[in-house]
Amino acid sequence: MKAAHEFARRHRLQWWEALPWLAGIAVFFVFPNYLAFSTQVVVTILFALSLDLVLGYAGIVTLGHAAFFGAGAYTVGILAQQFNWNEPLSGLAAAALVAGAIGLASGFVLLRTHGLTLLMLTLCTMALLEQAANMGAAWTGGFDGMPGLSFQKILGLFSFDVLYFRSQYLYSLALLLLAFALVRTLVYSSFGQSLTGIRENVRRMHAVGAPVRARLIVVYTVSAALAGLAGGLFAQTTGYVNLAVLGLERAAGVLIILILGGYGRLYGAIIGAIAYMVLEHLLAKAYPTTWQLGIGVTLVAVALYVPNGILGLAEHFWRKRSGKRPA
Amino acid sequence: MTLALETRGLCKSFGALEVARSIDFRLAPGARHALIGPNGAGKTTFVNLLTGLERPSGGQVLLGGEDVTRLAQARRVKRGIARTFQINQLFRGLSVLDNVCIAVAERLGVGGGLLKPAGRRADVIEDASRLIELLHLEADAGRRIAELPYGRQRLVEIAIALGLEPRVLLLDEPAAGIPSAESHILLDAIATLPREIAVLIIEHDMDLVFRFAQRITVLVAGAVFAEGTPAEIAKNADVRAVYLGTAAHG
Repeated sequence: MKAAHEFARRHRLQWWEALPWLAGIAVFFVFPNYLAFSTQVVVTILFALSLDLVLGYAGIVTLGHAAFFGAGAYTVGILAQQFNWNEPLSGLAAAALVAGAIGLASGFVLLRTHGLTLLMLTLCTMALLEQAANMGAAWTGGFDGMPGLSFQKILGLFSFDVLYFRSQYLYSLALLLLAFALVRTLVYSSFGQSLTGIRENVRRMHAVGAPVRARLIVVYTVSAALAGLAGGLFAQTTGYVNLAVLGLERAAGVLIILILGGYGRLYGAIIGAIAYMVLEHLLAKAYPTTWQLGIGVTLVAVALYVPNGILGLAEHFWRKRSGKRPA
Repeated sequence: MTLALETRGLCKSFGALEVARSIDFRLAPGARHALIGPNGAGKTTFVNLLTGLERPSGGQVLLGGEDVTRLAQARRVKRGIARTFQINQLFRGLSVLDNVCIAVAERLGVGGGLLKPAGRRADVIEDASRLIELLHLEADAGRRIAELPYGRQRLVEIAIALGLEPRVLLLDEPAAGIPSAESHILLDAIATLPREIAVLIIEHDMDLVFRFAQRITVLVAGAVFAEGTPAEIAKNADVRAVYLGTAAHG
């Protein structure tokens, strides 16, 4: 059966999947003056990828994903500042663990709910963490945050240089590649297939005997750990942490990025983050006072005319061209 | 003999509205049983109570002699009960093959496998392909559910239920929406089921009911009104009056 043959090959790597990574390496050589910006794009892609796992694949609508990003960032910051734990890789591991633990604990409670209630509870969790960070000034620096964080050399070889982001960029790109490989493995596994089933029809998933809540908690925890990794990376590459890492602006921003790129499509996180941040950068440069208007108009246009994002649009045209019925 | 499925005094109320009134029901292993009744009799609610989609207000559900009344739906499925829905409950954005594979993977206990690609689960794909062929869906295997006519979607519902290899199979109006020219596919598929599987069918198509069932239960206003062989039910004047109409199978 042709469909079975295609199904069995679906997870295999395609030649074009190398392109984003080749482009990532090309950026290092072609845009050496933009590596600080490019590093933040990479961090944002990682964050968006973590959100795609829960929103795009499992259908968990959340407005509080920055809670895990912030938890990771503050973990790295507190370890570096309070405990002099400046080793980058173990710091990131700690960030992922702490964020994952918060994801597990909060997911256990939150994922009993769905829809608007879930949306509000995710928002509340993030607000609680933000307030905790604000009140725990002795550890977190409160409103002022933790500036001037410094870290040891990566693997004892490559130093974090605040002026030249060469090490930071390649370090971030390598971690993104590892995280992407993990997410790709998950979404093409039977587990990933069952997540898509939950997103498509949760009633049917119960009726085929799937432990729906347990699966959601697992993916929520993995996603939280990845968001924590992104947050930790943000803290290491910028050398500061403040309350903005736990803010609604960051949570909403990553949601917009995913919608712009196309959620539930793996590469939507990459396309969305690049499109959003480049657009933001160009508009801010051209119109320093009114650039946000341009972003707003773009997003309204995307929501109205390209509801499946840039990748959804590309897929639509590809299907049309190849004679398949558009999705 | 241990019954495949049994209910004892099963009740369900929504406020003052009683939709299941002390239903005692028995399904033997290998039974071919039909549940009929006028619209609003509580047939689908009864199936929902059996599968755990609804919690009963009172009474018991026993599966293979084990009390499963307090068990969640997914755990009942693991104990061998599967259903189709009156209104299709499918993964509309996924292909037919994906739909059936998800069910088969859950049955085989690999649905939560984190690392191995679903495409490398040859056992899952082979079993799903077999069911798709059984229901004559090969030509549509790669198509998304949303692209299929409703009747074809009904067959996917049945393929999913069969993919769970249940001991008790509940078919809620399986023929609804299937063109009459294709209804034989449904009956053929049921005919190929192992004899030990007990099948309960809820159906308004009386021709199908009388061709399929060895016993029929008539539900009226949430209570068992009559039960017997097709011949007994067809002769029962009260049943004819409330449901079949005097002209039917007379």
